Amino acid sequence: MEERLVELRDRVVSLATREGNVIALEHRESKPGAEPGPEELALLSRGLRVYYGEFLAIRDVSLSIRRRKITAIIGPSGCGKTTLLRSFNRMNELVPTARTEGEVIFQGENIYAEQVDAVEVRRRIGMVFQKPNPFPKSIYENIAWGARINGFQGSLDGLVEESLRRAALWDEVSDKLDQSGLSLSGGQQQRLCIARAIAVRPEVILMDEPCSSLDPVATFRIEELMRQLASDYTIVIVTHNMQQAARVSDFTAMMMLGEQRAGEMIEFDHTGSIFTRPKDKRTEDYVTGRFG
Amino acid sequence: MGARWRVIFQVSTIFGIVVLTALLFNILNQSFGLAAVEFAIEPASLAQNGVPLEELNRDQLTAIFQANVSPGLYRRYDSERPFAERTRVEVYELVMERVVEPTVVKTWSLYDTLLKRPAIEAEQAEKYPGARLQFFSWLSPEFVVKPQSSEPLRAGVRTAILGSLWTIAITIVFAFPIGVGAAICLEEYAGDTGLNRLIQTNINNLAGVPSIIYGILGLAIFVRGLEPLTSGEVFGYGEDSTTANGRTILSAGLTLGLLILPLIIINAREAIRAVPASLRRASFGLGATRWQTVWSHVLPSAIPGILTGTILAISRAIGETAPLVVVGASTFVTFDPDGPFSKFTTLPIQIYQWTARPQAEFRNIAAAAILVLLLLLLTLNAGAVVLRNRYRIRF
Repeated sequence: MEERLVELRDRVVSLATREGNVIALEHRESKPGAEPGPEELALLSRGLRVYYGEFLAIRDVSLSIRRRKITAIIGPSGCGKTTLLRSFNRMNELVPTARTEGEVIFQGENIYAEQVDAVEVRRRIGMVFQKPNPFPKSIYENIAWGARINGFQGSLDGLVEESLRRAALWDEVSDKLDQSGLSLSGGQQQRLCIARAIAVRPEVILMDEPCSSLDPVATFRIEELMRQLASDYTIVIVTHNMQQAARVSDFTAMMMLGEQRAGEMIEFDHTGSIFTRPKDKRTEDYVTGRFG
Repeated sequence: MGARWRVIFQVSTIFGIVVLTALLFNILNQSFGLAAVEFAIEPASLAQNGVPLEELNRDQLTAIFQANVSPGLYRRYDSERPFAERTRVEVYELVMERVVEPTVVKTWSLYDTLLKRPAIEAEQAEKYPGARLQFFSWLSPEFVVKPQSSEPLRAGVRTAILGSLWTIAITIVFAFPIGVGAAICLEEYAGDTGLNRLIQTNINNLAGVPSIIYGILGLAIFVRGLEPLTSGEVFGYGEDSTTANGRTILSAGLTLGLLILPLIIINAREAIRAVPASLRRASFGLGATRWQTVWSHVLPSAIPGILTGTILAISRAIGETAPLVVVGASTFVTFDPDGPFSKFTTLPIQIYQWTARPQAEFRNIAAAAILVLLLLLLTLNAGAVVLRNRYRIRF
């Protein structure tokens, strides 16, 4: 057991180093439990429950997402990771039968409060989806459209270039901005989607298994990009890939199916702690590959 | 077992092809062929110094006209418009109409013309010794541009084509926006409630209602109920004697619009439903409102499908006869429709009316008019397909 953990930790270190971002693992392993101050918090959920019709999908999730950090949500399939992620920007409401209880505090306000406009929430908390889904429009339009509908004043050309540069895509597409976004490769499409999300200047970016349909090289580039973006954005990522969570995230939330097949969050801590010294037996089984 | 099914499918395909070919053959068979023509005065006898009639100049033709009709008739035509002001072609046509007076005494089908020529010639020599055999293409450029007439040789379909185009234009303007709007409302805005399902069932049923019932509806609502509106009275067209008490192009267009509305709604809904949900999610994820999502992403993606459905619906509307008979299409209109408030006839009505005439030649021009209708349909469809493909290629 101990050997496996050490081995896994070494892999984490080696992968992190390979990316050229030597992540100080010490801070990941620093003392858990120190509650962050309100200015450090980007999102805070309290007693969050999501129902699909009569079915309870996630039960009582209370989670604090720290500003300008990457928080990973891991867990076996069907445990409500994506549902939790989508409840952070009210995307669940697009499912007609979905119902949410509890609250999500974003900048001091519950986003589920009556006077809050879901459209405004989604603008400030952006989203990148599992499958790359560029609009069937030109690369330029893919970026510019979101800014335009949000009343962006200023140079669209500048914004397009800036967003594509930040998404590490500019050098590959700068000479074909008028081509369809669908003409790009899968990895490029996903970076285009990230650039599109950045262009509306959100404060938080939610990523729903952004690399699950990509090859290892494209995955590596997206992970690299996420580390760079973390200096300005709060990122929440759902992933099936535990190595990915270990490589990129600062914090990790572990979810598991609880009673009556409702998803529950069983552990939340610094990523280093989750992968090396998990407190919950189920987490340990999961991250060491004995389950899930 | 598989082979047996293949044979069955092949037989049904061949059957369909045979039926279509027979239909086309039947139409073409009637549209072209020999005809025996009799003249009041043999045109060859009007030739002057070896120059045939059709090559004479205007003054010579005028002289022939004057010599062969009563002085009163000549004066009437001259006071209507002096012969000096008429063109050569106009005078020639007048000579043909009043002096030569060709009448078709017997027509033969294209099949007989091609394969039984000697028999036809024998029959003509025996029964119509004064007549001349002439090959007629009943479908000709002249046929398309000439207005309706009571004489088959001079009748054309211009008024009917214009009537059809006007009617279909009003149908599109009325039914397309309403149909697509209803589809958007049902697909994107309305939830999956019992009421919504009830509406959907009813729309599906409406698509199967016989068209003559729409005609009765149109008669009750547009022709009778909204007469001041559809006759153009409220717009100041009322006093004009050419108006038709609500039996106007506007009423016809609106009736056909009602008829194809369910078709457009059903097809547009299918097209909108086929737009992937990921596209909508991407748009909502950027903070777009529902309307922004629909307008910028759902509609552009669905428009090829919507257009396909609309093409089919319009093809149906353009061939509809029954509702227009009920709404009050005129069967004999010699002047062109000049707007939504004029009396009208359409191609199918014209064809129907011609086939009901006793003279055989009207059946020939009815066949020619069917060809015109088919060509018009093909043109409209081709235009719509081009339009649709343009949208599709864009990305």
